Amino acid sequence: MTETRCKDQVILDLWHPLAALSEVPAGVVVGTILLEERLSLASDGTGKVAVWRSRRDLPVDGPVDITAVEGTLPVKLAYGYVWTSLGNPPADIFPIPEYAEADRRKLNAATFGVNVSAPRAIENFLDMGHFPYVHTDILGAEPHTEVKEYDVEISVDRDEILATRCRFFQPMASTTSDGGADVDYIYRVPHPYCSVLYKSSPMDETRLDVIAVFLQPVDQEHVRAHMLLCVLDEDNEDKVIKRFQQTIFGQDKPILENQFPKRLPLDPRAETPIRADKSAIAYRRWLSQKGVTYGVIPAAT
Amino acid sequence: MLDLAKSRWHPIAAAHDLPLRHVFHGQLLGREFAVWRADDGYVNIWENRCLHRGVRLSIGINDGRELKCQYHGWRYSNRTAGCTYIPAHPADAPARTITNRTFAAVERYGLVWSAEEPQGEVPEVAGFAEGELLALRAIPVNAPADVVAARLTGYRFQPSGYIDGSAAKVAVEASNAFSVALRSSEADASTLAVFFVQPVDSNRSVIRGVLDGEVEGAARLAVLRHHNELLSRLRVAVEAEAAREPAPAPLEPIIERVSPELAEMPEETTHGRKATIRVQVARKWPAADGIAGFELRPIKGLLPTFQPGAHIDVHLPNGLIRQYSITNGPGESDSYVIGVKLERDSKGGSTCLHETVREGDVLAISEPRNNFPLRRDALQTLFIAGGIGITPLLAMAQALNNQSLNHELHYFAQNEAQLAFPEKTSTLGASLKPHLGLTPEQTGAQLREILSGYGPDKHVYLCGPGPMLEAARSIAAEMGWPETAVHFEYFKNTNVIDDSTSFEVALARSCMTLTVPAGKTILEVMRDAGIDMPSSCEQGACGTCLATVIEGEPDHQDVYLNDAERKSGTKIMTCVSRAKSARLVLDL
Repeated sequence: MTETRCKDQVILDLWHPLAALSEVPAGVVVGTILLEERLSLASDGTGKVAVWRSRRDLPVDGPVDITAVEGTLPVKLAYGYVWTSLGNPPADIFPIPEYAEADRRKLNAATFGVNVSAPRAIENFLDMGHFPYVHTDILGAEPHTEVKEYDVEISVDRDEILATRCRFFQPMASTTSDGGADVDYIYRVPHPYCSVLYKSSPMDETRLDVIAVFLQPVDQEHVRAHMLLCVLDEDNEDKVIKRFQQTIFGQDKPILENQFPKRLPLDPRAETPIRADKSAIAYRRWLSQKGVTYGVIPAAT
Repeated sequence: MLDLAKSRWHPIAAAHDLPLRHVFHGQLLGREFAVWRADDGYVNIWENRCLHRGVRLSIGINDGRELKCQYHGWRYSNRTAGCTYIPAHPADAPARTITNRTFAAVERYGLVWSAEEPQGEVPEVAGFAEGELLALRAIPVNAPADVVAARLTGYRFQPSGYIDGSAAKVAVEASNAFSVALRSSEADASTLAVFFVQPVDSNRSVIRGVLDGEVEGAARLAVLRHHNELLSRLRVAVEAEAAREPAPAPLEPIIERVSPELAEMPEETTHGRKATIRVQVARKWPAADGIAGFELRPIKGLLPTFQPGAHIDVHLPNGLIRQYSITNGPGESDSYVIGVKLERDSKGGSTCLHETVREGDVLAISEPRNNFPLRRDALQTLFIAGGIGITPLLAMAQALNNQSLNHELHYFAQNEAQLAFPEKTSTLGASLKPHLGLTPEQTGAQLREILSGYGPDKHVYLCGPGPMLEAARSIAAEMGWPETAVHFEYFKNTNVIDDSTSFEVALARSCMTLTVPAGKTILEVMRDAGIDMPSSCEQGACGTCLATVIEGEPDHQDVYLNDAERKSGTKIMTCVSRAKSARLVLDL
């Protein structure tokens, strides 16, 4: 087996996203970094993708016939993204059943580079308390600052964190909303570096929009964040929907990049939680239990 | 050497790096600081991370009195660095003190000094007169501090009074690993320059030079330019020298762990006192000397109806719960206005409201409760207020005034400046009767005069400090006022509560018998058994947890019930009172 810079077997064995499939050109080498390893990928234009450790004979931006590439890494195409693994990945990626619903708009809202560890970014994604301060007048607004009591469980059969009964006041819940309302959320963390949220759809109150963040760990303190939208919206152009999410993400980025330390401390005495942080506390414990060491500062044992 | 450096004072900023409402990002020996000056001039040097989620406080907001974290709006107080407000939980914040790490700060020679573990004082420079110095522009250098300091001993410059010369003699007056004092002289001009080298990290430093003597105008610019040029040249040389050596590993400052208590996620409060309404402090103002007025507006919807005499529980950011009377006149239903006196022996309630709670803050409050109801069928109503006791009576007087019902509001205070809410009392016209600066004897005499001439259908309402209420109640009794015509509300119960007894409480309607052990109240035991009993002050003053006694002899320890009610044995305040009999049967 090839020596890897990342020594965390839990992380090595996961599927990791590399790029939105729609943004991978056919027959041209695309370079990226995963867990400090230089990787290359290319598609054949018919939906087949190959991923391999970068090689001099197949330079980035150069042409490639993917059927001729030897020693490729495992590939999975899921939720519109190309996934790979540097270890022994499970047969399947975690499920997002809503992705199969035909009437949803599915798009990669953005791929953003952020100078922070993946777990810090996941915690930010799970966090509602920052809405009035970081996403002022979009996802929250003072004085509606209260994080109401919600439920968190670690689902044993699915090995994921589930936060339910989350509600937060939003002055403008999405591109299709035009007023303030309490919005319902459900959060899932089915993968140490991926999270899926469900929120009230302004278009259909019986259904939920799905927004997911898939983090590609470039190294312990850098990620590429891929943001999947799977929403009920027949009116807005792609660029409008994307711009909304990119605005949100652009507001989080400077906060995330100013967190110290950048890796997530798993020692319970490293930071001070409040009840609003229930889901983050569950997430930190879950990472500890799994024995994750990459992107975190493990608690002293 | 750098171990030693921890105990030394180092400059970490120039005084002019801390302009109004700015937060400066400082660093010393690898440790980052958020440095900010409050409006009162105090310089705060703090660990540069919010204790909540580690976000740098140097990107926070300095509002002049507190530093607000950008991520979740947590606010930290000037000086103490204690967290004063957590917006995510305006209702039931835990009574725990979250305090950021602070570092010593001293301003001297136009520089701000700090140290991780300071020993001794900021270095004394002979010949430096405070206020007659010129701080040069800070020059960052990518090199270890001792290398920079060594190179500075060879620094050559012109005295400020002979800047255009070129033959100055420069002598080293003193030097060590972190500073160099040089004197430059030419002709009759002489300048003392001290260069302090701030060790930012193992391989990064900042040169902070200070010159003696004041220079103004164009000459000052010329001096600054002179040193800027020379120091920039020195920087290039030092960096080239340092680059020849392998760079030392960056220092890793130890971030202190939070206390085990702060590491725990606080439980949801279980005190049973509900605060279902969220209000925002729309206005806070000095309502009188020592009294702050607060206008509380609902975040959404309408506030519940209140009656004159009603109070609300205010759940404070520090976890305390306090009762305040609503002062509003009739129909003023868009907000509640309360008055809070800063208590000299505050246990944290009034201090928190005076010093911490600000306009824009969200507070959790209970629904209004009225345990001090106003009759409006009297021929004449007297209100007697002492100090902050004005608040419930103000609401009552405005209600009667609005209905043109006969009333007088006697308002006792030390002086004019202590009369609260002048904008409200002024609407009462001649019915407002202030009594200022009276001694206890004079107050007694005044009360006698006010309470003389009792007649049927006259009622008096008293609110004020305990001794004044006792005096007024006994005078009223003396002058023939029946207890049913004397209504009163105490601020607090100053009785010493005896909770040493143990007895049984049977709840008639709930078909439950409970044992109240020594050290627990009836209210607590009922709550433990799952009975949802309203309460407010929980000290026997407000009347919220009143229960009806069917059988048994209560041991009254409250200040809410009047003597007749006590004697009747049919009412009990479950938060403080107990039983003289072995068993009490309550109508609950």
